[in-house]
Amino acid sequence: MPYLRAFGSALPSRIVDNVELAPILGTDPAWLLHATGIEERRFAGPGETVATLGIAAAKDCLSAAGIGASDVGFVIVSSGSAEQRFPGPASSIAAAVGIAGKPAIDLPMASAGSLFGIALAAQLAPRYGHVLVVASEIMSRVVRMNPAGRDTAILFGDGAGACLVSNDTGFAEIVDSVLATDGDFAEALRLDFDAPIYMDGRSIILQASRKLPRAIGELLDRNHVKAGEIGTFLMHQANLNLMTRVAQALGVPGERFFANIARYGNTSSASLPIAAAEWWSKCEKPLGAPIVMAAFGAGLNWGALLARPS
Amino acid sequence: MDIQTKIVETKIAEIVRQVSGKPIDPSPEESLFESGVLDSFTLADLVSALEKEFSLKIPDSDLSPRKFDSVARIQAYLQSRI
Repeated sequence: MPYLRAFGSALPSRIVDNVELAPILGTDPAWLLHATGIEERRFAGPGETVATLGIAAAKDCLSAAGIGASDVGFVIVSSGSAEQRFPGPASSIAAAVGIAGKPAIDLPMASAGSLFGIALAAQLAPRYGHVLVVASEIMSRVVRMNPAGRDTAILFGDGAGACLVSNDTGFAEIVDSVLATDGDFAEALRLDFDAPIYMDGRSIILQASRKLPRAIGELLDRNHVKAGEIGTFLMHQANLNLMTRVAQALGVPGERFFANIARYGNTSSASLPIAAAEWWSKCEKPLGAPIVMAAFGAGLNWGALLARPS
Repeated sequence: MDIQTKIVETKIAEIVRQVSGKPIDPSPEESLFESGVLDSFTLADLVSALEKEFSLKIPDSDLSPRKFDSVARIQAYLQSRI
């Protein structure tokens, strides 16, 4: 059986608050806060890359798990903002962490990439043992950081998260997952070469508002779990209003949805493990109730994962 | 405009008022997004309300915001489905 073993994260040290960002985007801090609910975010410094952030998150995760790098059997790295076409950051991250001679693959998936990675890790763990999933994003370099790019630039931040999925033990058993893709809306959220990120926010929110509750509901139904039995929902931190909508659709209090978007913004695929790491560092141990992880984003790709206390 | 068409238009305008929470009377061609009547989240509410009112299931593949950008466009979409 696969288990969630540990989480880790790494955030750039540079904090960019709304007072600093608003004039760059031709707006004012109060509007920015009202429009997004984001108070501050982190921006990578000149020497930081998707790989360096991912390395730091991977080390943080392995340290938290008490697992040596040589014990990791498989590495999955998700990123939609990697600096080059190939190789992706997986091989560099694996090498820098000290994971030698083991497969390290990239999921070039923004937003839901980490969730897909963890779900795949659950399938791989019986064969490879410890599977390390890393998600790393530098979104501040793929937005238009000027008034013309305001509507997307206000949303994003940089960071990395990691999750270790193990076959032998962990704090929560991964029970099941639902993953889905709808390519009809592939153009609605994309990052073309040599162009800033494009997002049709209305389409994305509209699709997410319907697809996410449906996926979570399907996952819970087929495992005979009621939404009210879930202790914590860990979601891709895309939008606070979206999380509220999903909570309402499932009929659970919004407080069950862990949120840290106010401090980090939307860090794309990294946001789920960053949120999970923060939640995990504070949550009661052992866990008292099942958790659900869920994400939605470019692709369109979305899904949900159920884990029960060990 | 026949009576049935007018009834549908009136129902759509009423739904728009309900989901937006604004006491507006949108003209048929008025962009509900550009005028600030709807935003990303109230659009989702609008679609759900249309499904309930007109007893139909709108598939995800039909959920292009442009189809719901005005009362006239919503009406055209509904007529294609009803």
